[in-house]
Amino acid sequence: MPADIYLWATLAVNSIAYGGLLFLLSAGFSLIFGLMRIPNLMHGSFFMLGAYLGAQFLSAGLNFWLAALLSGLAMAVVGGLVERFLLRRLAGQELAQVLLTLGFSFIIADLCLMIWGGDPIQPSTPAGTVGSIRAFGLFFPVYRLVLLGIAVATAIALWALIDWTRLGAMIRAGVDDAPIARVVGIKVSGLFTLIFCLGAALAAFAGVIGAPILSVYPGLDVDMLPLALIVVILGGTGSLLGALVGSFVIGFLYNFGQAMLPDLAYVILFLPMVLVLVLRPQGLFGRMLP
Amino acid sequence: MTRSSARWLALAVALLALATLPFWMIGDYYTNIASQILYWAIFALGLNVLVGYAGLVSLGHAALFAMAGYTAGLVLEAGHGHILAIVLGLTASVATSAVFAVLALRSTGIGFLMITLALGQIVWGIAYRWADLTHGDNGVVLHGYPRPFGLGIDTPTGFYYLTFLFFLLALASMTIFVRSPFGASLRGTRDQARRMTALGYNVWLIRFFAFLISGLWAGIAGLLFVYYNQFISPQIVALQTSAEVLLMVISGGTATLLGPIAGAAIVVIMKNVVSAYVERWNLVLGVIFVAIISFMPEGLVPGSIRLWKMGWRALLTRKKALPNTGAPPS
Repeated sequence: MPADIYLWATLAVNSIAYGGLLFLLSAGFSLIFGLMRIPNLMHGSFFMLGAYLGAQFLSAGLNFWLAALLSGLAMAVVGGLVERFLLRRLAGQELAQVLLTLGFSFIIADLCLMIWGGDPIQPSTPAGTVGSIRAFGLFFPVYRLVLLGIAVATAIALWALIDWTRLGAMIRAGVDDAPIARVVGIKVSGLFTLIFCLGAALAAFAGVIGAPILSVYPGLDVDMLPLALIVVILGGTGSLLGALVGSFVIGFLYNFGQAMLPDLAYVILFLPMVLVLVLRPQGLFGRMLP
Repeated sequence: MTRSSARWLALAVALLALATLPFWMIGDYYTNIASQILYWAIFALGLNVLVGYAGLVSLGHAALFAMAGYTAGLVLEAGHGHILAIVLGLTASVATSAVFAVLALRSTGIGFLMITLALGQIVWGIAYRWADLTHGDNGVVLHGYPRPFGLGIDTPTGFYYLTFLFFLLALASMTIFVRSPFGASLRGTRDQARRMTALGYNVWLIRFFAFLISGLWAGIAGLLFVYYNQFISPQIVALQTSAEVLLMVISGGTATLLGPIAGAAIVVIMKNVVSAYVERWNLVLGVIFVAIISFMPEGLVPGSIRLWKMGWRALLTRKKALPNTGAPPS
């Protein structure tokens, strides 16, 4: 049944590429959650606004990868400003901080609708990654493999940063116990800003490089935010490995679900989350939060 | 006149004004807006049981609201009567609340908020994507109203009185609830969960029941909503609805009886006014959210009083030209 194998292989590649995108989105979400103890409800907005900005840069004639990097940089600045001037004012009031990010997600969604209108924008795949390559008698679309490569490279870079550098040790200390980290002289508030910028930049970058597949449309933010949420509940907050595993699990479930039970694909996504909540509330790779 | 009797008088006047509203209101349009305010107020009162008295902030309540509306709509569509539709609608809301509660009460605080948000999105996913059951984006259309005891509720005035009746019921039951031993123990679990456990209370069970009560009122409000609009679509299950009703609770002031009602009035009026001029309600909603959380975290009504007092005090201290103008005692 060669046709069947072809279908399965395509689905698998799509799942892996989608999982890679989700990892870029949820790694920052997970680190922000781990460090600041709040789910950043504007993370989907970073993704969408980043994608729109990238599309804008592209239409101005910029190179695809440059547009993605620039958009990431721009969102890092936005994220830093929001953290520094608004979230910082509410330090210690986690609930107020969450609701503030929720308010911002509505503002950003409406501003995007105002500026870019309601029609979806789908940038074309960047030059050099069009088409597919043939291996083992199957065809694999190049761009999705590139996406996977980027996600893996980012995962390795983040892992090296967190596990091998002094900065990473400080971040881990902040995730484990922020007050004690402060006592030993780590500037946790500076880390907050840094992680928030990093998370925003990764989300925006993912938004741009995901745009040729997902396209950019109003409502993209609320489509992506719950996915990041599920990934983090599944993998455990503050855990990069958890975000990685969770992203690929959700990537596979989403693509295979879409193909087999399109009506219920979205609901199926949440099943592993429910299971994890019942059996292991701290997430697969998470530790109990105090 | 003492302070508390003045308050009772104000409440009596307000209720009398509401009871006679269709007679002095200048048009059906405004009577309809009053109906909207009242059913949103019922919803907000229900959410306030969790947010205000249990200290559990839910961002998935739109799902409980919509569950009743969708179930009733689909039962009616299948050709059954209004009584069955209403009973099944409320059952669906309470059953969904139970499932939500079992899962979300694995956690409190931010974890609770996240889980309710995710669970709410599941229901949105069913409403939007499971088109065979829910007609997806097209929503469910109702045809006609029930005639309780032979009374017509298909006119603005008739529907207003139906909503007003349920509003009174909600208000009365909340008043009793807050003063009951159960209400006191619920506040205990909010403030001192560990001590409540040590005293032998089953904290989990108390929170669970609070969630069910909250879900029941959300369901009642959802039924009023669907009969009022004769229509329900996935839009009402979206995160925006949960955020709007939460805004009603926190803008009016949590853990108060009248706060959510004032919040519902403010949000519904603002939504109608804004939507009449521009299609930018989400932007305004976001800005109000950010403004209230940044400047008046205790709610609009107590917050305005505080700012007013602060301004007044600043004026007085300047007049007296006191040498010591430290921070005002809070």
